[in-house]
Amino acid sequence: MTAKPLSVSRRGLLAGGAAAGVGMVAAAPAAAAATDIGAATVAFHGPRQAGVAEDPPAHASFVALTLARGVDRAALGRMMRLLTDDAARLTRGAPALGDTDATLAVLPARLTVTFGFGPGLYRAAGLTPPVADLPRFTIDRLQDRWSGGDLLLQICADDPLTVAHTQRMMIKDARPFAAVRWVQQGFRRSPGVQAPEHTQRNVMGQLDGTANPRGAEIDPAVWNPDGSSTLVVRRVRAEMETWDRLSVTDKENAVGRRMESGAPLSGTAEHDKPDFAVLDEFGLPKMPDFSHVTRARVEDPRLKILRRPYNYDGVPDAAGVPDCGLIFAAYQRDIIEQFVPIQRRLAEKDLLNEWITPIGSAVFAIPPGCAEGGWIGQQVLG
Amino acid sequence: MRLTLLSGSRRRTVASIVLAGVLTAGSLAGCGGADETTPGGGTTPGPAASATAAATLTIRDPWVKAGPAGEMTAAFGTLVNGTGADITVTAVESPASPMELHEMAMKDGKMVMQPKEGGFVIKAGGSHELSPGGDHLMLMKPAAEIKAGDEVTFTLELSDGTSVPFTAIAKPFAGAEESYAPGHGSPSGMPMGSTAP
Repeated sequence: MTAKPLSVSRRGLLAGGAAAGVGMVAAAPAAAAATDIGAATVAFHGPRQAGVAEDPPAHASFVALTLARGVDRAALGRMMRLLTDDAARLTRGAPALGDTDATLAVLPARLTVTFGFGPGLYRAAGLTPPVADLPRFTIDRLQDRWSGGDLLLQICADDPLTVAHTQRMMIKDARPFAAVRWVQQGFRRSPGVQAPEHTQRNVMGQLDGTANPRGAEIDPAVWNPDGSSTLVVRRVRAEMETWDRLSVTDKENAVGRRMESGAPLSGTAEHDKPDFAVLDEFGLPKMPDFSHVTRARVEDPRLKILRRPYNYDGVPDAAGVPDCGLIFAAYQRDIIEQFVPIQRRLAEKDLLNEWITPIGSAVFAIPPGCAEGGWIGQQVLG
Repeated sequence: MRLTLLSGSRRRTVASIVLAGVLTAGSLAGCGGADETTPGGGTTPGPAASATAAATLTIRDPWVKAGPAGEMTAAFGTLVNGTGADITVTAVESPASPMELHEMAMKDGKMVMQPKEGGFVIKAGGSHELSPGGDHLMLMKPAAEIKAGDEVTFTLELSDGTSVPFTAIAKPFAGAEESYAPGHGSPSGMPMGSTAP
């Protein structure tokens, strides 16, 4: 417990109490109830970084940075010491050192900060990058403003103000080393709205993530023995105007699942294993060959990817056309071995491509976690 | 939770809240652990209860403001007196720069920085915050640029002749712009956060 946040919170309580008088007493139970979600923490330290295998919190900001000219291996070490210290403090609900808004740090709400190293960071350090940009896919309409990046901060929490404060603090501390390249902010269902084991819907109404590895399946798909992983972040625009025009049956054929239950078209319940051999009364596969689920399927559990997507929903244009879609974040041991084959099959023939457009793409190595006193990237840059 | 960690004014604040019955257990339990740099030099996390277990003075959450060579900057943190007797910090030294103990004081109706006469007194079982806009450890003229992420060593000299070494990480920081007393360094105030990588 640090004296600083205590003094600030007490000062705040006192001021509030003085202003509200006895009303403050009545308000106390409500404030206590809020802390169940607000006070929840995810351990920062460990052999693997947090923010990957846990249930995704409701809000996320993906911050990609471009290193300044002249940032070398030594400077990268200084930057990561600083940012690791910030993340370690903020994730446990303590202000960062020199935090000018310490009161915003006291409700971590399952805050995680996950660091990803892009190919450019390794080159700046004089090292061979372990990850490379994805090959171009025919469906891609990539924009520079959503693509690439030398360093990624994936900031997630169940509260958007906590995410905002963390983002502000860490961008400030990264400023001597790097410029902001892009920021993608996304959301899922708010905490408490739905039991965590439920698969969430995306902005297109699809249950998204049914086929994710779960429990013991996660380790062999996501983590290398040294605690490292990789991350692909794709910004996928939803073409809502044309998607809206489809009947539910057409949507289900494109996806390969029932819109309401999420059941594969070959089954009756969400987690029924899709049967790609079973035929309908016309002798056609119940799971159409062109459906998203058919194209994306992976049988070998070691080759699955862990999807950790967030929705985005920007400002509609004057005609009411929405700017929305998915920040498709996928974790896997190896991008070439796991992600690329899936994306290639989808690009070749996935009916859903008619209604989704990749407009951003970035790849990052996820270095192992660190113990207290250590820093993220120490094995690579130290 | 040890109230003895807190300075006098904070203790009064806490007491008044406790009397008013609005201080819930939850509002205290929500605080995270603190980093405390011990005289041994290592940073060890620990709950509040262990902060007073140290036999002497410690500094918690130390940091120094990054800045260019030759320009004043400052180091901050919370001095914690784990003993039953008052402790006076009489001086501070660093291989990085000549140092002074500074305070903020009213001068001609303006808050200015000036050397702290008699040093910082940390009451028995109390703490003393060094922060931008308040008391601080002044680096008068750093020999080299202090880059963001650098680790800078300091040694606090105590009135009993003992010393307390610690290491502070350098942070880019642009908050709490302050002005100096005339004749005491740059009138333009504390340097802004370092922009060099």
